[in-house]
Amino acid sequence: MTAELGGFLLALALVMAFAQGALGLIAGWRRNEGLGAAAAGVAQSNAIILLAAFAILVSLFLRTDYSVAVVAANSHVAKPLLYKIAGTWGNHEGSMLLWCLVSATFAALLASFPGGMGRTLWNRAVGVQGVVTGVAIAYTLVLSSPFARLDPAPLTGKDLNPLLQDPALAIHPPMLYLGYVGLSVPFSLAIAALMEGKVDSAWARALRPWTLIAWVTLTLGITLGSYWAYYELGWGGWWFWDPVENASFMPWLAAAALLHSAIVTERRGSLAAWTILLAIIGFGLALLGTFLVRSGVLTSVHAFAVDPQRGYAILAMLAFFVGGGFMLYAWRAPRLSEPSGFLLVSRESALVVNNVGLAVAMGTVLIGTLYPLLLEAMTDRLISVGPPFFNVTFGPLMALLFLALPIAPFLAWRRGDLKEAWRWLQWAAYAAAGVAVVTLALLRGPIWSALGLAVGVWVLFGALLYAWKRAGSFVRIAALPLAFWAMTAAHVGAGVFTIGAAAETAFRKEEAAQMLPGASVSFAGRRITLTDITTVEGPNYTAQRAIFRVEERIVTAERRSYTVSAMPTTEVGILGDLTGDLYIALGAPTEGTIGPAAWTVRLYFNPLVQWIFAGAGLMALGGALGLVVLARRSLKRTVPAAAATAT
Amino acid sequence: MRKSSRRLIVIAVAGVLLSLAAGLTLYGLQDSVAYFYKPSEVAAKARVGERVRVGGLVEAGSVARDDGALTFRVTNGEGVVAVRYNGDPPSLFGENEGVVVEGVWRGGEVFAAERVLAKHDENYMPREVVEALKESGEWKGPQ
Repeated sequence: MTAELGGFLLALALVMAFAQGALGLIAGWRRNEGLGAAAAGVAQSNAIILLAAFAILVSLFLRTDYSVAVVAANSHVAKPLLYKIAGTWGNHEGSMLLWCLVSATFAALLASFPGGMGRTLWNRAVGVQGVVTGVAIAYTLVLSSPFARLDPAPLTGKDLNPLLQDPALAIHPPMLYLGYVGLSVPFSLAIAALMEGKVDSAWARALRPWTLIAWVTLTLGITLGSYWAYYELGWGGWWFWDPVENASFMPWLAAAALLHSAIVTERRGSLAAWTILLAIIGFGLALLGTFLVRSGVLTSVHAFAVDPQRGYAILAMLAFFVGGGFMLYAWRAPRLSEPSGFLLVSRESALVVNNVGLAVAMGTVLIGTLYPLLLEAMTDRLISVGPPFFNVTFGPLMALLFLALPIAPFLAWRRGDLKEAWRWLQWAAYAAAGVAVVTLALLRGPIWSALGLAVGVWVLFGALLYAWKRAGSFVRIAALPLAFWAMTAAHVGAGVFTIGAAAETAFRKEEAAQMLPGASVSFAGRRITLTDITTVEGPNYTAQRAIFRVEERIVTAERRSYTVSAMPTTEVGILGDLTGDLYIALGAPTEGTIGPAAWTVRLYFNPLVQWIFAGAGLMALGGALGLVVLARRSLKRTVPAAAATAT
Repeated sequence: MRKSSRRLIVIAVAGVLLSLAAGLTLYGLQDSVAYFYKPSEVAAKARVGERVRVGGLVEAGSVARDDGALTFRVTNGEGVVAVRYNGDPPSLFGENEGVVVEGVWRGGEVFAAERVLAKHDENYMPREVVEALKESGEWKGPQ
């Protein structure tokens, strides 16, 4: 009966979500406070209903109830507990239910924390968020219900794809979904603002924390996915410009642009129309990402089911929200006021450069991702656009953008002073030039690696120099406000990431060796000895475990074969520090007459690779600090207001 | 600054970046795009110097190690391409399994692959391979 209860709750949530939509929109239109409060109440209870539905699905996975189709297709009794739980969203149907749950949760949060928004704006935003949730639930219920039964129930289930059987599965998808769906809140706020016909600094202030939540969770989700691919796939790479990666990266770029343009709109009232447009585009890209990943137009580990109907439905959703958003924008945006001017050299201009740069870079990623699909649709020719395309387009554009990055904080609003900025930034420029010369002359790296490293150093030192300028002395650095640290952490993170990415791409080493126990090779200045290979039994797999000695340290690498699916996976051994990772993957044995003649061992040295993940982590930390600042500010604002109404 | 000149700046910045992006995009699409061919058509259709991907099944009994390099043949039932790859294949590479090889087409007898892509899981096969096999009638999976 539990599965039927789950289905019932989902149907109930559908009705509730559209009720929330209607109540919120009518409340905003008729200026009816009672209806607005009702919409908020519906939003809050709907989150609880969907939470209950989701809990039921988790319990079905925990009990491995094979009469439920999605459980039978993705869960095996032998699977460890963690993957039984995480397996709930390691498939199409379950992950769509998670999508709905996240959307409803954001609706409930929006309903609970109006911040400093005007009342009708808030009502309308809650209403639009209800429609977003409702459409997602309708899709899930009709085309991919996780509660569908199988009759007769099979005796045993298929296993979860072994590549997905990793602790990262517990966090990576929920984080990405928080980010994707999190962008629906800025979208709802943008649509609500267009309906109001008014964009002011209170609107932009309300927009910022939601954008920041989406951006931080996207950053964490993407970084985690990248790190997962790095240690799970055993190819030594961390980013492949795979269409699925691009699908998550484009909303991230849009959210990053939106974060910055919302600051300008809040502080100066400028760029209002652009900020609205970005909010619509950001959610559109999140939907496009869901479409690309889940429709089966692309084949990858992320595409669970190939069902054209689902693809069309997601495409229709995309057309409805983005098309509707653009139409409303075209109709209403010209009315939005554009006050207060600024000079060519000003922080506003610098942030315009940021936004144009991020948007154009995002455009190249979009073209590279969609071009093969369009070409195939029109000419029937199959092509693939690989990393070289993105390296020559995205790389230079981001480098240009990063040249402008450290300058922005030094410029004042309205009227900046470039000479003063250069007085400080020259030291960063010298450091960057020094690094470029060393890269070319001593390390004999290619020109683009020298440029990449120089840009990274420029961004990193520029951010630190700004901290130095603000503090004036070492003693006062600790006294700088949290908002300042948020920005500095994110910008330092961007610099650290760039240095790591440039160094890793240019100077990685790779070698394959044929080894038997007892053999040694020297690689990347280290002596690596294969001491032993043993067979290990895991909970649902058997593994060949190779034990390597690298100088005084021991590192193990495994080659696993999962019992149910008989599929081999590699578990790499990594021995690393801030200078780089030694990365060892155990390949297949070449068969001799008696037992294996030799084992293929793939060795990689990835210099500064941890800087990549650390840099992304710093960006997320910066975002999280910013969120604390904005939350504090909005509490300060609401508390006196509440006190005033009380008296 | 007046509204009109502010708009001019935005347009100028956007124009420069957009034209740069457009140039880079065209350059990138010309040089770094790989065209997909079936094993039976690549020799006839691919231009020398073109970046290609060839997909099909790894022919049974064709996999061998030759002086550190991996050699095998890719087939779609109608045609065969001999491949040489200096490296270790992905863990799911195997005889009678789907595979996609990528590299620059040089004509000649043996195709030097720069990348070998195999499937991600037990049920997965590259879509291009499925279509290549369906067309030649070698496909045995679900329609």
